[in-house]
Amino acid sequence: MTTATPSAPVPAAPTNKLGFTKQDYVGSKSTLCAGCGHDAITAQIINAAFESSIEGHRVTKYSGIGCSSKTPAYFINQGWGFNSVHGRMPSIATGASLANRTLINIGVSGDGDSMSIGMGQFVHAVRRNIPMIYIIEDNGVYGLTKGQFSATADKGSHLKTGAVNDFPPIDPCTLAIELGCGFVARSFSGNPKQLNALLKAAFAYEGTVVLDVISPCVTFNNHDASTRSYKHVKDHDFPLHDLGFIQYSEVEQVDIPAGETEIVTFPDGSKVAIKAIHEGYEPTDRFGAMKAIHESMAKGEFLTGLLYINPTQPPLPEVLNLVEEPLATLGEDLLKPSPAELDKIMHSLM
Amino acid sequence: MTAALAAPSPAGGAKTRINDFSIQVATVNGSGSQTANTVLLRSIFQMGVFVSGKNLFPSNIAGLPTWFTIRASAQGYVARKASNEMLILMNPETAKEDIARADANALVIYDEPLQLDKLRADLSYIPVPFQKLVTASCPEPKLHKLVKNMIYVGVAARLLGIDMEEVKKAIAKQLKGKTKAIELNQTACVAGYDWAMENLEDQDHVKVVRDNKTQGLIIIDGNEACALGALFAGVTVVGWYPITPASSLVETFIEYAEEYRKDPKTGKSTVAIVQMEDELASAGVVLSAGWAGARSMTSTAGPGISLMSEFIGLGYYVEAPGVFFNVARTGPSTGLPTRTQQSDVELCAKASHGDTLHINLYPGTMEECFQFSYDAFDLAERFQTPIFVVTDLDLGMQNWASKPFAYPSKPYDRGKVLNQQQLAEMKDWGRYKDVDGDGIPYRSLPGTPGGKGAYTTRGSGHNAYAQYSEKPGDYLEVVDRLKRKYETAKTHVPGPVFRNQGSDKGVLAFGSSDPAVIEAQDILAAQGLKTDYLRLRALPFTAEVDAYVKEKKVVYVVEQNRDGQMANLFRETYPEHATKFKSVLHYDGHAIDAKSIVDQITAFEQK
Repeated sequence: MTTATPSAPVPAAPTNKLGFTKQDYVGSKSTLCAGCGHDAITAQIINAAFESSIEGHRVTKYSGIGCSSKTPAYFINQGWGFNSVHGRMPSIATGASLANRTLINIGVSGDGDSMSIGMGQFVHAVRRNIPMIYIIEDNGVYGLTKGQFSATADKGSHLKTGAVNDFPPIDPCTLAIELGCGFVARSFSGNPKQLNALLKAAFAYEGTVVLDVISPCVTFNNHDASTRSYKHVKDHDFPLHDLGFIQYSEVEQVDIPAGETEIVTFPDGSKVAIKAIHEGYEPTDRFGAMKAIHESMAKGEFLTGLLYINPTQPPLPEVLNLVEEPLATLGEDLLKPSPAELDKIMHSLM
Repeated sequence: MTAALAAPSPAGGAKTRINDFSIQVATVNGSGSQTANTVLLRSIFQMGVFVSGKNLFPSNIAGLPTWFTIRASAQGYVARKASNEMLILMNPETAKEDIARADANALVIYDEPLQLDKLRADLSYIPVPFQKLVTASCPEPKLHKLVKNMIYVGVAARLLGIDMEEVKKAIAKQLKGKTKAIELNQTACVAGYDWAMENLEDQDHVKVVRDNKTQGLIIIDGNEACALGALFAGVTVVGWYPITPASSLVETFIEYAEEYRKDPKTGKSTVAIVQMEDELASAGVVLSAGWAGARSMTSTAGPGISLMSEFIGLGYYVEAPGVFFNVARTGPSTGLPTRTQQSDVELCAKASHGDTLHINLYPGTMEECFQFSYDAFDLAERFQTPIFVVTDLDLGMQNWASKPFAYPSKPYDRGKVLNQQQLAEMKDWGRYKDVDGDGIPYRSLPGTPGGKGAYTTRGSGHNAYAQYSEKPGDYLEVVDRLKRKYETAKTHVPGPVFRNQGSDKGVLAFGSSDPAVIEAQDILAAQGLKTDYLRLRALPFTAEVDAYVKEKKVVYVVEQNRDGQMANLFRETYPEHATKFKSVLHYDGHAIDAKSIVDQITAFEQK
């Protein structure tokens, strides 16, 4: 046996607080079109989960039907996925989040899945404040059925075929604020830094997070007449603020100059620092948020960033006053009334 | 002044019907008549007489006609009886019609101003000045409308010979703890009783004589019995949407959960109950909660099952447990929401697109409503699939006398769930692998630590390892195993109940048809036709059902729908015996009665 020249040691991949590498947060290989904005979102979910030291086995990933709904298979393989039926992802997340309130729930949907067939479930999941990060990968088009308009498509936008959209769009963000959502944000799949910060903030939030991510469809909605093309969005993306996310266990402040920073405290002690680029923008002001979004829409801009936050809203398991441990694993001793109790019930019916 | 009074006596020297008669009360809904009728039913029950009640009510809150039929039966027959010996007519809208279709010789108690006594000569009339009596006995004019009905309870109690103390007890029971209401109603009832004592001659058409048949029995409706079954089965997640006649199942459960489903240490709830935005979302909650390891349920009726069907197919294919109560009503479409039918048989057997086969339980008694509801949660978790408990409005919302329920001492069966250690020890984990040859795979629950066992559940094509696949072999492996799993269920679902008279002619029924079939069987036997009755209690059909079908020359399939849906399932399952199945049907919205069965079977026999 000869002594080989020792090769330079491969540098160990960095690990997070749980000792996991980023590789521990990946999923299967994406089967979406090359360059799809959705894959960029997937990459940031992986980064944010790694950087936030999320316990993979507690993650559940829900989706409905459509291109976006395939993506949960592409991240956090340690978590359980549930690819359900079209537009019904919110109710799937609702049941599981009640069965086990220790789960970390991520729902990935699209503009078709959430704003058309799934509008009813979107609306009511938001109303109930179920604990989940609800990501809408928003491209204004039905990709999987090869390019029909969705309900978020802008009025007057064109399909590749030349067809013009005659109807006004539904905006998931103003709708979510209207419904009482406590964490409403918008980002752009081409803005990884902002998306990463928003996702980390979302992981720390206890209730429903609505995160609308403009995610251009490279195949069916990326032509010049589309208002959801890369070129169009790049020119019109208008970041609202810079986010620095400070986890509760870290003492040092990020370098956001005092006076331009708003610190929002989450129930678990985590804080989100928000730098408003608009003078006087108040992210906890519902009406102000609505106004800012509407004004930017009127100008044809996508206002991105953390648009509205209310960190004190109790999530559904708290509203229902559920026991702390998962309902799924409660024992028969706690669940089944005794023979004496049955006897008492029977006597009341005699 | 004595009211005009026929000295009522059965015509033609007929014998007095003791503890064997039907009373029909016609009122307006929303007038408090339900309370009065339940009190009358309960009073007869407390006299030790077997009694059953059928409320025929409109799909309306107030102002439309409603009829309540009370049947007393010394022999213990509790099916609806189409003929009534006593009528109490309080509704001016329907009084003339009610008289027109009354059975000859019936005793008719009516509100005096209706002046019905000239309409037919073959009836006995007892006019009662209800308004006068209520004005005299109730000081609050606002309550007259509600209390008026209690007067007829008093009059009927006197005429039937019911002990007034039993009536007072029944009122107290019905109005649980509402002291003022109890007093008002008891006063009104006594006023009716006393007036009848002073002004009416006694009658000898129908009488209640104290008996001991109801000692130790309870009165309950099927929705409450099912709710109790779910309570004892430890349901932890309920997603539901209101619909007649299924709402009271969950609503009753909510009441019991308030008392019995709080953690004694923290006072926090051990069950999550959410009224969802629709039936679709309810089904989603049920299946995902089951997927995550909870015992979950919903309660709905046919229209709800239609809406849930997409999700039910998902639950079947991804193998997620959940219990679906279907309290069936009259379809199709909105149909008659407050009337009964067994017309969702085929829907529940195969709900959803593609090849799907579901386990169905058909309770036929109150004890079975309780026990099968309990068992359904075991079956859901054992078979990792949606389970239907199919009742109907007749079972679900009517009052039934029953033996008290036996304590379900069998421990919960949580099915094939792998924990962290088992997952760590498993060499070749595959969510949809048939390890035991029974078609039932092993599952893991989200949140299980250890880094093993995670998988993606998907309604699209998947292989034994839960990976996306469009390969024909992978597809067949899964769907053929699902069929084997359904076969395995044959030895786990409740088998049929027999009532044999030693005959090669069979009568087959299920669910709420049972009382009418028992009575019909006795009538037919008395006429010389013996039959062997099989009461089916589940899908898939068990080995005992196979044997019965093979052995009988003819099988009369009794069911409450137009198309003979259960007979269709039999013809499909037993094609070589297809010609044996003859449909005996009843589907006008009223509960089935013995006479309809006797007439149809007799007609078949005479062919």
